[in-house]
Amino acid sequence: MLYESSPVAIAIFAAFVLSVVGLSFYLGRKGQSAQGYYAAHGEIPWFVNGIAFAGDYLSAASFLGICGMIAFNGYDGFLYSIGFLAGWIVALFVIAEPIKALGKFTFADALDSRFNSRGIKLAVAISTLVVSIFYLIPQMVGAGDLIVPLLGLPHTAGVILVGVAVTMIVVTAGMVSTTWVQFIKGSLLVFFCGILVAMILNRGLSVGTGAAADLTPQVRTVTPDGRVLVDGRPQTEEHDLRPVGTLASLPARYAGKTATGPLRPLEYLSVLEDSTIVTWSSTKHTDQAGTHTTFTPVERKGSDLLKPGGYFRGLTTGKLADRLDFASLMLALFCGTASLPHILIRYYTVKDAAAARKSTVVGIAAIGAFYVLTLYLGLGAMTSGALDPTSTNMAAPLLAKSFSTTLFAIISAIAFTTVLGTVSGLIMAGSGAVAHDLVENVLRIPMTDHEKVRCGKIAAVVLGIVAMALGILFRSFNVSFLVGWAFNIAASANLPALVMLLFWPRTTKQGIVAAVTVGMLSSLAWILLSADTFEKVYGWSREASIVPFSQPGLVTIPLGFFVLVVVSLLTPPPRAVRRHG
Amino acid sequence: MAGEESRKSSRDDRGTSRIGLTLFWIYVLLYGGFIGLVLFRPDLLSQRPFGGVNLAIAYGMGLIAGAFLLAIVYMIACRTVERGGPPRG
Repeated sequence: MLYESSPVAIAIFAAFVLSVVGLSFYLGRKGQSAQGYYAAHGEIPWFVNGIAFAGDYLSAASFLGICGMIAFNGYDGFLYSIGFLAGWIVALFVIAEPIKALGKFTFADALDSRFNSRGIKLAVAISTLVVSIFYLIPQMVGAGDLIVPLLGLPHTAGVILVGVAVTMIVVTAGMVSTTWVQFIKGSLLVFFCGILVAMILNRGLSVGTGAAADLTPQVRTVTPDGRVLVDGRPQTEEHDLRPVGTLASLPARYAGKTATGPLRPLEYLSVLEDSTIVTWSSTKHTDQAGTHTTFTPVERKGSDLLKPGGYFRGLTTGKLADRLDFASLMLALFCGTASLPHILIRYYTVKDAAAARKSTVVGIAAIGAFYVLTLYLGLGAMTSGALDPTSTNMAAPLLAKSFSTTLFAIISAIAFTTVLGTVSGLIMAGSGAVAHDLVENVLRIPMTDHEKVRCGKIAAVVLGIVAMALGILFRSFNVSFLVGWAFNIAASANLPALVMLLFWPRTTKQGIVAAVTVGMLSSLAWILLSADTFEKVYGWSREASIVPFSQPGLVTIPLGFFVLVVVSLLTPPPRAVRRHG
Repeated sequence: MAGEESRKSSRDDRGTSRIGLTLFWIYVLLYGGFIGLVLFRPDLLSQRPFGGVNLAIAYGMGLIAGAFLLAIVYMIACRTVERGGPPRG
């Protein structure tokens, strides 16, 4: 769909972004030492750090991706919410306090705390970079998607804008500004999503009217010379794809009515379950005239949309490989959170283990509240009559637009800040891995405190450029789907080593290096050889893929544990274990 | 004096770690049960045992609320341990 930018939207958006960048410059004065740049001097209050966890974690995947997935496919998007939150249980009960005690600046510090091994630092630094880059892709894609309707600029411009803003945030003040940006973003996101949900409940549900109620199939064609046609005619603002997503009928108890009026939270779900909803399926085919995408309306019962199987179709086919694929994803989401480098380094910004624990509990409260809201946001978008059939990622902002342009501008600006916060955390983690782990500890290049900070800033600029390039390359993907990859790699590469280091004294440095390397390479290889990648990245047939299911975690996470145990048993035990017999 | 503090800190760490692991396994059971239902008995998730919403939504919301509840329990238990109360490791 074509979007028209509004001056109000641009003004609100500009105010948000300029405030955030201005704050970074202001805080820049506090982050001049390495301890300040990488760990905010360990002086961040636990409550602020907890909300910053939410800011770090509630990325474009959570806000744009999950809402879009629920809006287009129903309940299955909520499964991501459940898995993402469950991961915090591992972080709180298993990882939070030990990692604070073990590390200094980076995840590699924690894994290497007992060994002083260059091998561990090298392996973990590379895994940190790989995970950060895979996590960066969906954030940048989300940024590009947001800019299109908000400022009327092309997707590429959005990606470049976020890349430049984030690099400035990180380069100016490191972890201090990153933390405060995430605190502001986390607070605003939960608060305004709460307001949006209140408005959804107050509006209630109503049978679709206007352009969205027109259920004629729509065809979008991209011609070989790049022109876009809608139903055979050139796409213009007057002749564009119609917005979709409506209610076909309300439950019998509303007979004779076309709207419910305000509903209570559980009542909203119950009424929706008994209603009939129009969703739109899309099919694509290519011929000499171009690539045609046909959007076709499908009337579905609410009860079918509010149960698993809408997106994970394999759950209803009964095929073992499809079930394993789903189980693998849910395992990766559960194990991945506590393995994400940008989450782990946040534990170094508070003063002690008790503060690490308390900030995680605050994070769980904020993140949990947000994920409950995502269900309402997604379902609200599904029935808003405002969905763009070509973009799942735009569901939440367009839902806001169905209320008012100002709310749309605020929600889009917050979503953009969401991307800024998460990307700045990722670039922080990546720059620490390059400067502190690779340059200082692996290459052993002597650096003064000032040089360490400068090296981190140069690494941040390079990572920012890489992120922009990848955001442009992967523009057509659903962001939640892409984040699933990052979780799989993080869980496979990092979690086995971290957990075994904490709970198995026989763990050796060779075991850690082997587990991180095998976990990372096997999950990466699995993803590159999976049916999803064959179809969505290479454009090849799914059947040509050579792994039985797409999500690697079910195989590669246990593989990481197995490799660590075997290699540790085959190598001399650590000195402390030898001493105690 | 410092040695005694270090021993107390180490005892506290063992105590909080044991509580954390117990709560972790409780949540694993709840989460595993949910995934099991999605994989093998999706028909049960369509049922409405609580009147209004179906089991898929109730269980999902329950997992989110449950995580927060266990986090609070953990925080209180850790505070008790750190103040010298049970359990001692």
